[in-house]
Amino acid sequence: MRLTARVATGLLCALLLTPLLSPGASAAMEDAQEQAEQLGEEQEEQLEAELAEVTDEELAEDTAELLRAMATQDIRALQAAIEDIAASQDADTLPALLALRDRRLFFTDDETLIIEDARDGTFREAITGEPREDLDAGDLNEPRATNPIRRILRPTIGALQIFADDPAARLAAAEELAERPRPEMRDAIVAALDEETAAETERLLNIALAQLDLDSEDDARRLEAVEIVAEVRASRLRSDLQALLEVDDDGNHLESSEEVREAAAAGIRAIEDRERTARFVSDLVFGLSMGSVLLLAAMGLAIIFGLMGVINMAHGELLMVGAYTTFMTQALFALLIPQYFHYYLIAAVPLAFLGAGAVGIAMERGVIRFLYTRPLETLLATWGISLILMQSARMIFGAQNVSVASPPWFSGSVQIMQGVSLSTSRVGVIVFAIFVVGLVWVLMNRTRLGLEVRAVMQNRDMAACLGVPARRVDMWTFGMGAGVAGLGGVALSQIVNVGPEMGQNYIVESFMVVVLGGVGSLFGPVLSALGIGVTTKFLEPAVGAVLGTIIVFAAIILFIQWRPQGIFALKGRSADD
Amino acid sequence: MHSSSTISHLGRLHSGTAWVILAILAFLALVVVPVLYWFVPPDSPFHMPGWMVTLAGRFLALAMVALALDLIWGYTGILSLGHGVFFAMGGYVMGAHLTRVSYEDRLPNFLQWLDYSDWPWYWAGFDSFLFTLLMIALVPGVLAFVFGVLAFRSRVRGVYFAIITQALTFGGMHLFFRTETGFGGDTGLTNFTYLLGLDLGTPQARLVLFWVSALALILAYLLCRWIVTSKLGRVLTAVRDAENRVRFTGYDPLRYKLFVWVVSAVLCGVAGALYVPQTGVINPSEMVPSASIEMAIWVALGGRGTLVGAILGAGVVNVVKTWATSAHPDLWLFILGGIFIFVTLLMPRGVIGLFSRRKEGKA
Repeated sequence: MRLTARVATGLLCALLLTPLLSPGASAAMEDAQEQAEQLGEEQEEQLEAELAEVTDEELAEDTAELLRAMATQDIRALQAAIEDIAASQDADTLPALLALRDRRLFFTDDETLIIEDARDGTFREAITGEPREDLDAGDLNEPRATNPIRRILRPTIGALQIFADDPAARLAAAEELAERPRPEMRDAIVAALDEETAAETERLLNIALAQLDLDSEDDARRLEAVEIVAEVRASRLRSDLQALLEVDDDGNHLESSEEVREAAAAGIRAIEDRERTARFVSDLVFGLSMGSVLLLAAMGLAIIFGLMGVINMAHGELLMVGAYTTFMTQALFALLIPQYFHYYLIAAVPLAFLGAGAVGIAMERGVIRFLYTRPLETLLATWGISLILMQSARMIFGAQNVSVASPPWFSGSVQIMQGVSLSTSRVGVIVFAIFVVGLVWVLMNRTRLGLEVRAVMQNRDMAACLGVPARRVDMWTFGMGAGVAGLGGVALSQIVNVGPEMGQNYIVESFMVVVLGGVGSLFGPVLSALGIGVTTKFLEPAVGAVLGTIIVFAAIILFIQWRPQGIFALKGRSADD
Repeated sequence: MHSSSTISHLGRLHSGTAWVILAILAFLALVVVPVLYWFVPPDSPFHMPGWMVTLAGRFLALAMVALALDLIWGYTGILSLGHGVFFAMGGYVMGAHLTRVSYEDRLPNFLQWLDYSDWPWYWAGFDSFLFTLLMIALVPGVLAFVFGVLAFRSRVRGVYFAIITQALTFGGMHLFFRTETGFGGDTGLTNFTYLLGLDLGTPQARLVLFWVSALALILAYLLCRWIVTSKLGRVLTAVRDAENRVRFTGYDPLRYKLFVWVVSAVLCGVAGALYVPQTGVINPSEMVPSASIEMAIWVALGGRGTLVGAILGAGVVNVVKTWATSAHPDLWLFILGGIFIFVTLLMPRGVIGLFSRRKEGKA
């Protein structure tokens, strides 16, 4: 007992001393952060870098012919050259075009095209691929990539990518075309379809083609196009189909074929059906994910307030400790083992649990244990702790938000159904919430500590008589709750900004979740958090986000009228107080 | 008959010495300060600068908030962490009046952006000062009444009550942060120029506002003192100490709690209305949950259950805050957090508790 108290005092002192050490630490941290950001960005640039790469191989003569025309400072001539390239459908011209876009394309006085390598800044001849170390920037002229030039350059690059050798580049180009088909590219699409072997790319190209063919002269082709478009069931295509059903002033159909009109009408119905389902599903999933965030934020409080009855106003700051632990883990990984950088998040989970748990135990030993009989005063004292923690964070990490990069396997998105895609982090939050609830369940029901916690909660005196060290159980329970709050902080660091004030945003909502769920049960908060999340999400389209939140709050206050003890009220003796 | 007993009751509010002390304090605030500010020449060391008068006026308004909170927490045992919302309601009512008077025929930008060509219905009437006075009491009063009926009837108590009052002020803050609510969104109401024909920038206005704040605080103090020393006050204290016993003795705690809750909210609203013209702005940040919690620490520091303690606590914390936020902005939260922990752990009876214990020790 004595020893733990001394340890706790030590921790508290360490906490108060950290601001003094901060200047050196924060400089190192900034370096680490910079490095972390770079590691995150690299992945995205890889695809484009591959396309832009200049190889040592010499280009074919007709490709070379096309490129040579770009060695000019006359805007008209340059424009004509790019148009010729676009018509040629020659993907080998891509490195030069990308270089022009990024202002890395030059030519010498004897009209030899030179590309500056994006990575090491060396010069190479665009056509032969030979390095030209004899050149420096002063010898070179630059084609003038004015805005009109850029406007035609961008679609040209896009179009040429459907002929690229890299399947991923072709897929990306096809996606872009299916989204925004351009009539002038119809021939290119047909040509690409002939050669395309990847199924998904072919499907997307067909969709792009069908959109362009909606006003084809050929009845059969038109019908086919309508069917393909209807099959996609994308909302943005609805107006295209709608156009086929319109009548002119005399009441005659603009579309002559009865069959095509019917197919279009059926397509519209299918699109509407799907839109309704998609909206419902996306509201539900978004609501669940929002509820999971709430649950992760509130789970620690469900232990500290729900089971122990301690009004911990510093709960938000425990979340913050968890989030900053994630940030520091990231920084450490970037500094020490950058090759495993992308897995820092996994290491952050146990570290945040321990970090926040340690802060929690220090709080319990230092302050809260003296106040168990005075709940309202615990509230004020923990608020004081929260202010101190918040200001400490501000002095150590600065008042600005720090950036926590999501690892690549955690960014990106998951398509749940057509038209409903969720960012991976949202899905990850749901999965993580399940993990945390499971963890708490195991801790509570399958460990010695959990048994003792439940015993002390139900009847403190009896438990103490049977040899349960009640005060020590208090400490560990608080530490466990704080640790779980730290886990919530890890999750929050991936979806919201990490800053000294981040905890403040969650404190009221977390308490609402626990009060609504019912004190003393762990299943209650799960239900109430998900309920609040889903309800808010479904209210949002009708009344707006802010009013939705206010309505949910009012509903909770009214609900407490009806069931003052929450959804899952404790029954039996332990409910007496 | 009745009125004469009321008057004699008023006389018994305090002992003779206490009345003398109160009279001296009132004299200081109502006479000495104006003299030091108005008649003593600026180069004299006794001159009170204008900013200090306004600052003191603001502190007086905040002391009134502490008084209101002490009435409900210290005497009735109901901790409210949502008094910021009542303060802000009083402030917004006053702000609405000041806006209408200052803008006259023009519409403020935030209303023009909402496509109003004339003052919308919920702005009606605020051009009249009497209506505004009525609303200063009515808006927080009705809000408190509705909330109180709901909460007290279902016997929401203790920490639960504290938490749902937090939710109340949190919800209120979000409501007023919306631009569509029509009270200026996150900038709130500002650019006030006139109040009752008085140019708010002039020294006269400073003095008048200070003087009215001081008078209001004295009256509020007397009202609270009267409440807590009356039979009603005894019932309130009984509710604090043993609510069930009060109920079993045949009293209905609901009415008593509701009464004192509404009085407290109205006092808080009046304080807000006095605060706003001296600050020149009212915005939703008055309703952040932390602001309401800070109010509780004023009372706790001064000493719960003593009206003088509440006023003292508000004064001490705010003076320290004004000093610390300008001299050591980094340390202010450490100081405030430290006060929270120190007071709850080691000074459960507040500053007043120190004095009374010493007195007991001597005797």
